[in-house]
Amino acid sequence: MDKAILQVKDVCKSFAGLRASYNISLELYPGEIHALIGPNGAGKSTLIKQISGELRADSGSVYFGNKNISGLSAAKRAHLGLARTFQISSLAMEDTVLQNVMLGALGSRGNVFRFFGPVLHDKELLDRANDALARVGLDQQAAVCTAELSHGQRRQLEVAVALTLQPKAFVMDEPMAGLGGSGSRQLTSLLDKLREEAPILLVEHDMDAVFALADRISVLVYGEVIATGSVDEIRGNLEVQRAYLGEEQ
Amino acid sequence: MSRERQINIALVIVLLTVPLWAWIKDEPFTLTLCTRMAILALAGVGLNIALGLGGLVSFGHAVFFGLGGYTMGILASHAQTYSPLMESPFLIEGTKSMPIIWLIATAVSALVAFLIGALSLRTSGVYFIMITLAFGQMFYYFAISWPAYGGEDGLSIYVRNGFPGLNTLDPVQYMVLTYALLGIALWFFSRLANSSFGLTLNAARQSPGRVQAVGIRPFKVQLFAIVISAAITGLAGALFADLNRFVSPTMFSWQTSGEIMIFVILGGVGRLFGPVAGAALFVFLEHQLGGLSEFWHIYLGLILLGVVLFARGGIVGTLAESGLKRG
Repeated sequence: MDKAILQVKDVCKSFAGLRASYNISLELYPGEIHALIGPNGAGKSTLIKQISGELRADSGSVYFGNKNISGLSAAKRAHLGLARTFQISSLAMEDTVLQNVMLGALGSRGNVFRFFGPVLHDKELLDRANDALARVGLDQQAAVCTAELSHGQRRQLEVAVALTLQPKAFVMDEPMAGLGGSGSRQLTSLLDKLREEAPILLVEHDMDAVFALADRISVLVYGEVIATGSVDEIRGNLEVQRAYLGEEQ
Repeated sequence: MSRERQINIALVIVLLTVPLWAWIKDEPFTLTLCTRMAILALAGVGLNIALGLGGLVSFGHAVFFGLGGYTMGILASHAQTYSPLMESPFLIEGTKSMPIIWLIATAVSALVAFLIGALSLRTSGVYFIMITLAFGQMFYYFAISWPAYGGEDGLSIYVRNGFPGLNTLDPVQYMVLTYALLGIALWFFSRLANSSFGLTLNAARQSPGRVQAVGIRPFKVQLFAIVISAAITGLAGALFADLNRFVSPTMFSWQTSGEIMIFVILGGVGRLFGPVAGAALFVFLEHQLGGLSEFWHIYLGLILLGVVLFARGGIVGTLAESGLKRG
């Protein structure tokens, strides 16, 4: 197998004695979707935040490419090509859909400190933004105010913003959260195609989506990875069934 | 044409007609009121960048207004007594030239804003309001207790500073000058709001985490917004001091910070002509109600209460949206 694009090594994090991450190690290889599952409170979001840079690990390190990025800010990590989407949409609600994707395009190009030229006339950014919107199927909504989008459309927009970064890897925190059947299927087929472009570390509760998409699955329980393997391996793993799947089904 | 644009144009027509009428009728006092309005509006345009676009509730913009005022006061007082500011290691003399004073006032305000901003932006919400207020009070008490430039009594400048080719003591000419600067500031604001920087600043207000996730540090953008904002308010301070030919610690007081904020909120936070509408209403009320009672601020307070409770978009925002159906 190729070299891992994203590698988490022995990461530990606790909050006031509460263990949120304990010796977590996992890899994300080119071309794969690596799903991270686990019951509520298992520490999935905490791990995502340590990967994206919003939280610092107490110990252990995160490698991106060959670079140790453990000490970098979230903005720097994003700039290196690590794109994350949020569990709770954190879009600029008063802005239009187009403005939201323009922000992504702007962030990845750099050069924010331009005070005069109207940003919405910037051809290069516009092309990139419209391209991302078309790929998630929001091109008809470009001029709509983000607050007026449906929940599903906001999830699509989250992905579109990540696309504008032209990232080397995606980290997605529950992109399907709150989506209905058809919305979920639509996003599943989008992510399915996306893995060719850049691998995805996918935190997800929707098991249909996980089993349909994942090349590999890691199971997180009480801050520890108790198993990593293919879909079939995880399905057959008794410990996983006891800790997680059995609980929910 | 959008409704907001129609309102802006109507506002411009009113604000140009009033001084024109006053000029024809030879009413210098009305011209002075218009000048006052333009200067206060300029201070508001400055704050509107930080508060309106950036969502940074600075309760310390009097610092920059006062710094602009004292820059003018100090430079002009040295020029009128022919005593240099300092002689060693190099000679710095006072000046009576407006362009030079403006340049120094904006530069000093920007520099101080950089320092205050860098410290204040480590906090947010109520703490940001409090820390900017604290800086304001620091400057206020410093100005009161520093005897070299008048201390509590302030500093009088006998002759208004000069601008090449203009007689600034003529109310019309000084008014035109302040209107022109206000016009430039408004043009700058509208460009800024639609620029790359404006888009990012706007997003940083709504969702800092998002801005960070696309690879931009919100801190940098917000700090720059405060610096630009302060520079414009500082320029207004220098003009204000020149209008009154007097500088006092009051320019640094928290009441001044509050008044600048009132212009923005009355007129419409983040709206291009918000501070203009706000300052115009403020000066109008100050003149009309101030003549009836010295406690006219009570009525201002009631109006502000009404705006905050029932017309969140301020004057401009409410008028602009009254014709539209809301979703």
